[in-house]
Amino acid sequence: MTTGPFRLPAGGRLIDRSKPLGFRFEGRQMTGFSGDTLASALLGSGQRVVGRSFKYHRPRGILASGAEEPNALLGLGQGGRFEPNQRATTTPLVQGMVATAQNAWPGLNRDFGAINDALWRFLPAGFYYKTFMAPRRAWKSVFEPIIRRAAGLGRAPELPDPDRYEQAYGFADVVVVGGGIAGLNAALDAARRGGRVIVLEQAAHWGGRTPVDHPGGQGRVDALLAELRALRNVTLRRNTMATGLYDHGYLLAREALADHDPNAGLPRQRLWRIRAGHVITATGALERPLSFAGNDVPGVMLASAVRDYIVDHGVAPGRRIAVVTNNDDAYRTALVALDAGLAVPVVLDARPVADGLLPGEARARGVRVETGCGIARVLGRKGVSGVEFCAQDGSGAPLGTVDCDVIAMSGGWSPADHLWSHCGGKLVWDDARAFFAPDPSRQPTGADGRGNVTPVGAASGDLAVAALTGAADAAAILPVWVMPANAPAKMRFKMWLDFQNDVKVSDVELAAREGYASVEHAKRYTTLGMATDQGKTSNINGLAVLSATLDQPIAATGTTTFRPPYTPLTFGTIAAEARGAVFQPLRKTPIHGWHEANGADWEPVGLWRRPYCYPRGAETRGQAVAREIRAVRSGVGTLDASTLGKILVKGPDAGRFLDMIYTGMMSSLPVGKCRYGLMCSENGFLVDDGVAVRLAEDTWLCHTTTGGAERIHGHMEDWLQCEWWDWQVYTANLTEQFAQIAVVGPYARRVLAKLGGMDLSAAALPFMGWAEGELAGIPVRVYRISFSGELSFEIAAPANRGLQLWQAIHEAGAEFDITPYGTEAMHVMRAEKGFIMIGDETDGTVIPQDLNLHWAISRKKPDFIGKRAQERSFMASPDRWRLVGLESLDGRVLPDGALAVADGVNANGQRNSQGRVTSTYHSPTLDRPIAMGLVHHGPERMGEVLEFPVPGDSFRARIVDPVFYDKEGAKAEGAADG
Amino acid sequence: MADAITMTPLAGIAEIRGLGMVLIRADLGRAGDAIAEAAGLALPETGRFTTDGLRWLGWMSPDELLLIVPGSERGRAVADVAGALTGEHALVQDVSDMRCVFDVTGRKPGQVLAKLCPADLETRPRDGLRRTRAAQVACAVWRIDGAETGRGWRLIAFRSVRDYVAQVLAGAAAPGSDLDPR
Amino acid sequence: MLILTCPYCGVAAEETELHPGGEAHLTRHGPGSTDADFEWYLFARRNPKGVHFERWRHLYGCGKWFLAARDTVTLQVFGTYPAQSKYPPREIIAAIRADRPDWVPHWDEITGDSAPGVGNDPAPNPTPARDSFA
Ligand SMILES: [Zn+2]
Repeated sequence: MTTGPFRLPAGGRLIDRSKPLGFRFEGRQMTGFSGDTLASALLGSGQRVVGRSFKYHRPRGILASGAEEPNALLGLGQGGRFEPNQRATTTPLVQGMVATAQNAWPGLNRDFGAINDALWRFLPAGFYYKTFMAPRRAWKSVFEPIIRRAAGLGRAPELPDPDRYEQAYGFADVVVVGGGIAGLNAALDAARRGGRVIVLEQAAHWGGRTPVDHPGGQGRVDALLAELRALRNVTLRRNTMATGLYDHGYLLAREALADHDPNAGLPRQRLWRIRAGHVITATGALERPLSFAGNDVPGVMLASAVRDYIVDHGVAPGRRIAVVTNNDDAYRTALVALDAGLAVPVVLDARPVADGLLPGEARARGVRVETGCGIARVLGRKGVSGVEFCAQDGSGAPLGTVDCDVIAMSGGWSPADHLWSHCGGKLVWDDARAFFAPDPSRQPTGADGRGNVTPVGAASGDLAVAALTGAADAAAILPVWVMPANAPAKMRFKMWLDFQNDVKVSDVELAAREGYASVEHAKRYTTLGMATDQGKTSNINGLAVLSATLDQPIAATGTTTFRPPYTPLTFGTIAAEARGAVFQPLRKTPIHGWHEANGADWEPVGLWRRPYCYPRGAETRGQAVAREIRAVRSGVGTLDASTLGKILVKGPDAGRFLDMIYTGMMSSLPVGKCRYGLMCSENGFLVDDGVAVRLAEDTWLCHTTTGGAERIHGHMEDWLQCEWWDWQVYTANLTEQFAQIAVVGPYARRVLAKLGGMDLSAAALPFMGWAEGELAGIPVRVYRISFSGELSFEIAAPANRGLQLWQAIHEAGAEFDITPYGTEAMHVMRAEKGFIMIGDETDGTVIPQDLNLHWAISRKKPDFIGKRAQERSFMASPDRWRLVGLESLDGRVLPDGALAVADGVNANGQRNSQGRVTSTYHSPTLDRPIAMGLVHHGPERMGEVLEFPVPGDSFRARIVDPVFYDKEGAKAEGAADG
Repeated sequence: MADAITMTPLAGIAEIRGLGMVLIRADLGRAGDAIAEAAGLALPETGRFTTDGLRWLGWMSPDELLLIVPGSERGRAVADVAGALTGEHALVQDVSDMRCVFDVTGRKPGQVLAKLCPADLETRPRDGLRRTRAAQVACAVWRIDGAETGRGWRLIAFRSVRDYVAQVLAGAAAPGSDLDPR
Repeated sequence: MLILTCPYCGVAAEETELHPGGEAHLTRHGPGSTDADFEWYLFARRNPKGVHFERWRHLYGCGKWFLAARDTVTLQVFGTYPAQSKYPPREIIAAIRADRPDWVPHWDEITGDSAPGVGNDPAPNPTPARDSFA
C-alpha cells in the first residue's frame, strides 16, 4: 500500500505499510504509516513547504532527517496539548496528529511577512541593534509594526499542559550516548569489563547511520544488540536524548514515552538525571549544508537526509535528485536514489577530481558527474525546479542547467561534540578533514580530576568507523565554504548559513567588516546559531566564512560555546512531578484539618499554611479579623502556634552557648522560667526572636519564629560544629514533635481550668513561668507567655494529640464563645501592644537598638554573636532610624512601607527621607488606625508630624509611643472573675 | 498499623502509624555500648541499622541514633536509654510524633524511590540506612523484608509534609510508569 | 552538579543534598578586635581561581558540616575532611600537591606562620560564614 504521491512502491525499513495513520497538516488530511516521522509522512504526501523563515518569511522545506533540522518546526497538538516548535524530523507520527505551520501569517502560501524578503537590503546583520538605537519615524510607523507582528517563533500554549511527566535518578559506571555501531561496540567493551552500563539512543531504533549507509550493517547491529541484551549489567534505552553533560559526570537525558500520544496512558516524558562514572560519546556527526545561492529553497536537502527518507521510510523526497558535494559520502545518496528507481540527473562535485570508490560506482551506473563544479543558482521559489551550475573556482558564470526537483547537498560532516564541549572538553580544528574534533589531550574532567568523557566513532572524528565496508574508501574532502569560491556579493546575499534565524553569508561578512571579529560577538550580532537548533547545521559554515573574511585560519577563530540542552526540553519535563498539589511541599500542623473544616482563609508562611482568619458567612477578611480580635480581648480565643520553632539545647555548656546565640543572658534564667530573647547575625543584625524556656539545669527549649526553626537550628549547629566544637552541647529540632496552642483572653484560665489536671492559677503559674502536667488527660507543657497583652497560655502537647487537645479546649470554651483566631489577628494585637515582628520591623538592616530593645541586650557579657559588629561606629550612631508609634492624622490607615520625607534632595535628585512605616493596621480594639515605623531620632521627636507622600496622595502622622493599648499591662492577669 | 495509600502494578504504598521513636544524641564511642544494651540491639555501624524484627536502631549521624520500637514501648524505651546514659552528656527525647512513615513494597518498589531520591539505593547494603531527600523534602530510607511489611523500602519524613510525601510516592508508583527500558 | 563525599557518613552526596557555607579556615574576630581584623574576618574572601577550601553541610543527610578542598576551575575535589580541623590534614595537602605542584598555601598571609600540614604550626580555625544572616 502507498500513501501520498511520493511514497515509493517498496522499501522503508522502519515503516509498517499495514498500519496507515491519518493526520492533519494545516487543516489538510494526510496519511502516513506507523514508523514514519511527521517529516517523512509530510514528504510522502508531497508537502514541500512546511514553514516560513524567521526574518524574511521565505518558504522553507525539510532540510534534514534528525535533531539538526532547522526548518520543519511545527505547532503540534491542540488545546492544553498544543506545543510550538516541534521538530517534524524527530516526531514519530501518531494517528490523529494535528500539525500547523509556524511563522506564516496569514497562511503558509500567502505570507504577509514575506515582504521582509523583498526588503532584505534593509534588514542586514545587526538590524535590530541599529534600528532601536536610532529609531526614525518611518521605522516606527511602517516597519516596526510589521516586524513586531511577525516576531517570535511559534506561539506559546495558552492552557495548562494536561500530560504527566516525571524524573528518575540513574547511576552507572559507564554511560554510552548513542546507539550507533560505535556506541554499541563501546558498550560491549565496557560491559565486559564489568560495572553498570547504560546505553542511550535518541531515536526509536538502534544502529544510527549504519543500516542506511552500509550493506549488511543491520546484521552487525543486530548481532551486537543480541550480545548486549544478554548481559545483566547493561541497560539499553531508546527514545532517550542526552541533552546535557554537567559537572562530575552528571548527565541529563529525556526519555520520550508517549510523545503526542495521550492515549498511551504513560507519562509523556521522563527526565533522567544520571550520575556517570564515565561517559562515552558515540553521538555521530552532523552533515553540513553547502553555501550556494538559493540553498534555502524547499527541495534543497542534506544528502544524508535524502537517502534516509528513501531507505527508512520508502519516501522519495523528489523524482529527479541532483547531488552537490565536496566529498565522497554524498555519492551514497545517488546510489540509493538509483536503487529506488529515481533519476539522478547530475552529481556536481566541487573537487577537481573524484576518483574514489563511490564516485566510481556512480559513474559505472551511468550517473553524470561534473567535477570542479558548484551551483550558481537554484531555479524555483517554493520548490526546486532545476539548477544552474558553474565552475567552483570561478565567480558563477553558468555552465549549464539541469532539471531536478531535489538538490541533495553535502558540505562534509562535523562530529557532534556537544556533550564533550558542555563540560569543558576542548576541540581542535583538523584542516585536512575540515572539522573540529575532540582534542584527546583536553578532556572534560570529573571529581577526581581525571578525564571522564571519551568520544568514539564519528564523534571522535573517525568518520570511517561508519564505513563498515572495510576500506577507508573515502577520498579527501575539499573544504568548500562559499560556492562558487569567487561568488559576487549578489550571490552571497542569497547564501543561507543559519536557515532558522535567516543568517546569510553576507551577514557574517558584514559583521566582520563592522568589527565583530570575535566569533562570540559575530554570533550575537548576526544571531547565527542562536535559534532553537543552536546552529547544528550552521555554526561551522558560519565561522569558516568569518575566518575567511578576517583572513585567518579557522583554528584561530575557534567555536562558540556549546551549551545544553542539545535539543530543547519542554517545561513539563523539567518540572516533572513538581506541579499542581505537589508543586512544593505544604507543611501542615496537626490541627490543619480542623482549620480547613472551619473555613480557614489560608496564609502561606514559608512552606506552612496558617489560618489568616476564619471568615464566617459573608464576612470579609477585615471583618473576620476584627471579630476575632474583639473576641480575644473581651473573651477568649485560640491560635494554632504549632509552627513556631522549638529547639532543645542540652548539655553542660548549653548556658554558655545560649549566651553566645542570644543577645541577652540566658544562662541566668532560673529553671521553671521563660525569657524573651533576640538573636543577631555576626553582622549585628536582628535575625530572629522568641521565648527561651529553661527546662532543667542543663536544658533549654528555644522557641523561634515560624520561618526560623530550620534556619536557627542550622545556625546553632554551625557554631557548635565549626567554632566551639569542644563545648558539650547537643541540640534537637523538636518543632514537629509538638503541637502548640495559644489560649488567650480574659477567660483563658477559666477555660483551661475546666479541662482539669493542672493548677494554672497566677500563684501556681505566674507570668513567664511554665509547668508540666496533664490537661484533659493529655500530657502537656504550659508556658505563660503573651504576645497580645492578654492573659495567655501556650500549651505544647505531643503532635498526635494536638487536635484532641484543640477540640477539648473548644468544647470547654464553648460557654465563653471561644473563638479561633488567625495570624492577622495575632499581628494586629501584637502591634496594638507595640511588640515588634521579625520581618515587619526588621528587614536585615535593623539592629535591636533601633527597636529600643536595649533591655534585651546584655551589657555584662564579653561576647555574643553580633556584639562586635554592633560596636562599629555606624551601628552606634545616634542618626539611625528608631522605632516609634505613628498616629494617622485623618483616620486613614497609613500605607505599609511609605517613606516619611525630609527637606532637600539626595544625590539622585530624590526627596530625602527620614523614616518609614513598618507595620500599619486598623485597630478594632481602639477603632482607629495604628502604625509603627522607624524614624530618624524618632523617640526624641514625640508629637512631631511627618508627611508620607505616595503617588497621587499624601498621609500625615504624628510620632507617638508605640504602645497603643494597655500601657500599664493591667490585662495580663485576665478577667477579674477569671 | 498500616493504611494503604495506593497499590499499582509498580508498587504498593502504605502508611505506618503508631511507632515509637527515640532520638539519642551521645558520644557513641563512649556510650554506644550502654545505648545498645538499653535498646536490646547491637550498635549499628556508620550508615547502617540493626534490628530484631521488632525494634530497630539506626545510625543517623556520628553522634545520633534513632531507636524505633512498637508504640506501646516508647515510654519505657526513653526511660531505659536515658537511664543507661545517667551521668553521660547525652540527649534522649521521645520523637514519636515527629515523623511520618511509609512502606513501599510490591513488584518494583526501588523504582518508586529512584524517581524521588538522588541516591544510588540499588547498591546500598541490606542493612544500609540512607538519609537523603524525596523530591523536595528530607527523608531516610532503608530496606524492609518482613512477613508483615513485605519486601521493599521504608521511608520516614517529617510529619508536617505527610500529605506531600504520600502524594509524590503515589505519583511515582503510577500505573504504566515503570522504569524498565522499552 | 558536584558530588562530595561526607567524611562523617561516607555518603557521596550530590549538591542538592548539601548546603554550601563559603570559605573555610577563617579566624573569628570578636569584641576587642580591630576594625581591620573584623572586616577581614566578616567580609574579605579569597575567591581564588584554583585550589580552594570551603565549608559544606550534609544537610539532607547526617547534618554535619565538613570541609572540602576543591579546584574552583576544574572542580577537581582533592578531598573532604571534618569541620573540626585546625587546618587541612596531611593527606589533603599531599593530594593537592600531587596534582598542583605549583600550588602555594595561603596560610602565611593570615597567620604569619609557615605552611601548615607539613609541620605543627597553628592554623586558622574553620569558622562559619558569619554573614549568612546579614
Ligand atoms: Zn554525612
